[in-house]
Amino acid sequence: MSQAEAVEQGGAIEGAGKAGKVREAREARKVSPLWTFGLLRSELLTTFRRWRTLALLAVLAAVPILVGIAVKIETGDGGSTGGGGPQGGGPAFISQITNNGLFLVFTALAATLPFFLPMAIGVIAGDAIAGEANAGTLRYLLVAPAGRTRLLLTKYATTMAFCLVATLVVAVSALTVGALLFPLGDLTTISGTRISFAEGLGRALLIALVVAASLIGVAALGLFVSTLTNSGIAAMATTVGLLITIQILDQIPQLHAIQPYFFSHYWLSFADLMREPVYWDDLVKNLGIQALYAAVFGSAAWARFTAKDVTA
Amino acid sequence: MEELPAAEADGAGPAGPVDQAGLAGPTDQVGPVGLADRTGQAGDLADTVIATRALTKRYRGGQLAVDGLDLTVPAGSVFGFLGPNGSGKTTTIRMLMGLIEPTAGTARVLGQPMPRAARAVLPHVGALIEGPALYGFLSGRDNLIRYDAADPTADPRTRRTRVATALDRVGLTAAGGKKAKAYSLGMKQRLGLAAALLQPRRLLVLDEPTNGLDPQGMREIRALIRELASDGTTVFLSSHLLDEIEQVCTHAAVMAQGRLITQGAVADLAAGTRGRLVVTTPDTGDAARVLKEQGAGDVVITDDRVTAEQPPDRDLADVNAALVTAGVRVRGFGVERASLEDAFVALTGEGFDVAG
Repeated sequence: MSQAEAVEQGGAIEGAGKAGKVREAREARKVSPLWTFGLLRSELLTTFRRWRTLALLAVLAAVPILVGIAVKIETGDGGSTGGGGPQGGGPAFISQITNNGLFLVFTALAATLPFFLPMAIGVIAGDAIAGEANAGTLRYLLVAPAGRTRLLLTKYATTMAFCLVATLVVAVSALTVGALLFPLGDLTTISGTRISFAEGLGRALLIALVVAASLIGVAALGLFVSTLTNSGIAAMATTVGLLITIQILDQIPQLHAIQPYFFSHYWLSFADLMREPVYWDDLVKNLGIQALYAAVFGSAAWARFTAKDVTA
Repeated sequence: MEELPAAEADGAGPAGPVDQAGLAGPTDQVGPVGLADRTGQAGDLADTVIATRALTKRYRGGQLAVDGLDLTVPAGSVFGFLGPNGSGKTTTIRMLMGLIEPTAGTARVLGQPMPRAARAVLPHVGALIEGPALYGFLSGRDNLIRYDAADPTADPRTRRTRVATALDRVGLTAAGGKKAKAYSLGMKQRLGLAAALLQPRRLLVLDEPTNGLDPQGMREIRALIRELASDGTTVFLSSHLLDEIEQVCTHAAVMAQGRLITQGAVADLAAGTRGRLVVTTPDTGDAARVLKEQGAGDVVITDDRVTAEQPPDRDLADVNAALVTAGVRVRGFGVERASLEDAFVALTGEGFDVAG
């Protein structure tokens, strides 16, 4: 017994000596200033390599194809789709598609913005933290140590990158289908003036960016919900559920006093970019609401996530 | 240092020597020195890799998971952390890794407070907590690349080589390109270990590292742990397999129901219960009588075995001679060494069951 103890103590002392040397060797390890981008890159790669992400993007790409084909079939006999007065935002564009394929971009964005796009964002944002917690990978990222604030910022940046990519997928798909099925050329704005095709393309890009920015609020909301639970599915369902609830409440006239504070209230204001001159009021209100949601729910997510016991 | 009064009050509790050590040492070392002395280890703060003071965690439901834990892990040790399921081992490990905020008490890892100094401490710590967790849709290699990218001190230029080395170390080079969801439990466990070995570490925290491995894999992992320890890495190993702790650990601590029951060198812990004299014989009655005459206490007869406490002042050879002289036909004569399991049962007064 005493022999065993002697051996053990000898080992411990020798080990401690070596530990000292090893420690000196490692003290030099410094934090690389660019590592945050390394984490962001890793996060983007991980998100965009998932089949689920690609499936969501495929669904979004399919919407303009369906709309384009439907319009083509409907007007195959040379007639016009008719209807579609100037009321509301998007639907006004649909009657113009047969004259100019570029209008398919506006129509597709107007068709996907109320539901398809925010639903996809809800899935990505809701799964951001909760999904990692559910898989257990969150604890390994945190002991790596990724840092809670940095991980959260990385997740939010990735979600916003997805907003942009998702919107661009819809726009590019719509432009491609529009160019294939319909003529392209100068176009008429909502105000009745004519602008060149190049300027129309510029407006389309601007609209895509505004649509992507319109999703910032949902992304922040989804991320906050994601920090509340360890179940990715629950977080996604809650986010999408909130989205639908808000959309319904936005249709109830009695609630008009609070409706301007709904994140979706000014979504279709992007159509104002097709006026001449551009009508900025609602666009600015929309971006303001998105910034407000990002600030409120971003802070809430940060407060929750940095104080949370990670038990999954 | 701010918890000095509490530390002194605690140190004064158990025994005189502890108190003296506390008074003799520099004031900021009161806690760790007192604890180290209690476990029979001379050492100072720099040689303590993990030190907790009255570490406590009460979950929101009111459940007390860890209750006033004073744990001291000396540098260079292979430290076994034992306890039944539900005894608070994993909660303790999560507090040490900064994943859970303690309700009360302090934890220092590598001399720095956790969770406050997590960003400075954790790059030096490799951890396997409650089994491996992987991205099923990524290959084993890409999983490691992802975890490495999350470490702010990891150099991206050496990432691929370090990942390849880590895979090689756990024997996964051939399977590195396979999607992690196709891995067996043993392979996942190995990949989790590889993630802990991506960088040279000062401390490895391994929560049940041989879980799910076949006997060959268990042997490999034990060899790997010994190899790492001989390089100077402190290994903190939680397990419910007593023989595993006995095989690889130099030190051990035992937890039950959130409390630390004992800690110290494995040899000392096992020595806490003395080995018993065992005589195998068909003449059990006579043997028992002779053993009592020779001064052995607590004589127990089971089938053809007579066990007793070793007589304190007699050479065992004389005891054997006395048995033979008395005409007892002895088939076997020897001392059964106390195992850590005996020590555990003696300490907890219970079997190795899940706490209710």
